[in-house]
Amino acid sequence: MVDFGGWDMPVEYPATGGLMKEHLAVRTGVGIFDVSHMGDIHIRGPQALDAVQWISMNDASKLQEGQAHYSALLYPEGTFVDDVIVHKMGPNDYLLVINAGTREKDYEWVRKNVNRFRCHADDVGDYYTQIAIQGPKAEATLQKLTDVPLAQIRNYWFRHGTVCGLPNTLVARTGYTAEDGFEIYVPSDVPTSERVWNEVMEAGKEFGVIPCGLGARNTLRLEGKMALYGHEISDTINVWEAALDRYCKMEKSNFIGRAALEKAKAAGLQRILIGLEAVDRGIPRDGYKVFDRADKEIGCVTSGSYAPFLKKSIALAYVPPAESEIGNEVFVQVRSEKVKCKVVPTPFYKRPKKP
Amino acid sequence: MPYPKDYKYTKEHEWIHVQGNTATVGITDHAQESLGDIVFVELPKVGAQIEAGKSFGTVESVKAVSELYAPASGKVTAVNEELNQSPETVNKNAHQAWIIKLELSNPKELDSLLAPAQYEAYIAEEK
Repeated sequence: MVDFGGWDMPVEYPATGGLMKEHLAVRTGVGIFDVSHMGDIHIRGPQALDAVQWISMNDASKLQEGQAHYSALLYPEGTFVDDVIVHKMGPNDYLLVINAGTREKDYEWVRKNVNRFRCHADDVGDYYTQIAIQGPKAEATLQKLTDVPLAQIRNYWFRHGTVCGLPNTLVARTGYTAEDGFEIYVPSDVPTSERVWNEVMEAGKEFGVIPCGLGARNTLRLEGKMALYGHEISDTINVWEAALDRYCKMEKSNFIGRAALEKAKAAGLQRILIGLEAVDRGIPRDGYKVFDRADKEIGCVTSGSYAPFLKKSIALAYVPPAESEIGNEVFVQVRSEKVKCKVVPTPFYKRPKKP
Repeated sequence: MPYPKDYKYTKEHEWIHVQGNTATVGITDHAQESLGDIVFVELPKVGAQIEAGKSFGTVESVKAVSELYAPASGKVTAVNEELNQSPETVNKNAHQAWIIKLELSNPKELDSLLAPAQYEAYIAEEK
């Protein structure tokens, strides 16, 4: 167990095979994650949409009821408070799913910045146990436990229905694994949470479901180039650097961070997030330094690991734009060695399209 | 997995098997279990001099990097190059999957290492 934002979280479940098996289960079958550490902020009221538009960089006016999107909360400097998934629950009702490590900071920040709008922001994270069921067999697993027609839910959409006998349960086709899958939100009391967990384990038995920890969650999201707060995104990194342009709608109404982002765009980028693959033997890891051919330090790895499904060493790193071209060679300092890496297209892993 | 009676152990979780003046070194089953899936072993060069208690390489799982500490001083006479291709051998059979062979320069150092029962007591306490 490790402490993760105040939560005791398993890095892996050794008894059922450990990190590597967990990662592969999600890519080829199904895995189950307890992600109750994720925070939830409910924003409701006549001006809920205006409030969300002001604090979140994506365009929530485009969301239909039952739809969600990836976005981020920004500081006035255009850097990250956190990344979020915004769910449109109803006409004046939005649910923001945020990170555990930043929960208090996020909630304080949201409350402060929405108080000029007619709406309420509530921290409802303690009410829910959030369980992620991920993998190509996630739908078949969860379908046994719910009357919600899961095949009809598109990626990043959600519905409410009965799950494990619990009425009005939120079922979202979302996740943090770059794989198909669902996240369900059930009451957080221990008996209910345990029962749902056990029922999912039972339903997924025929597909080889195993519990998955933080370790696999990290390697899965890394293969899919999904950002992790404190690594790829932080209060010192802006949206353009993190290459999250497509989730940032500059043409919508004004939002916090917009002016700074306009300036930053005009000024040009100093660094940009790229994907690296190790050519030499060695594993580039978080925090390792990046050098150019002339042995000049040019950047830093934000996340790096051996990738269990791709079976190679991969990393995300910040480097100057001039070094970001696909195929460019850079060197990562791995202890006493400089390990040659090349810039590769991202995401490293893309799930196969459904037939 | 049993801890072989003719091996000695370090508190850093290496084993050493001495036969005459040469010794074989690996990591313990306890070490592989806490590391998880091993994906990379960084080996020293044959001929390198290593010193008791100092790092002579690393072993990496998906989640962590761990230093390898020399149980005794000496010259590296062989490295297990098979581990370059299949580092997971260490997970499967830690007490057979040797990492280096050493020509000992000061066999007296072995006296301070742990006997199997002592090592097992040590890890029981650590848990």
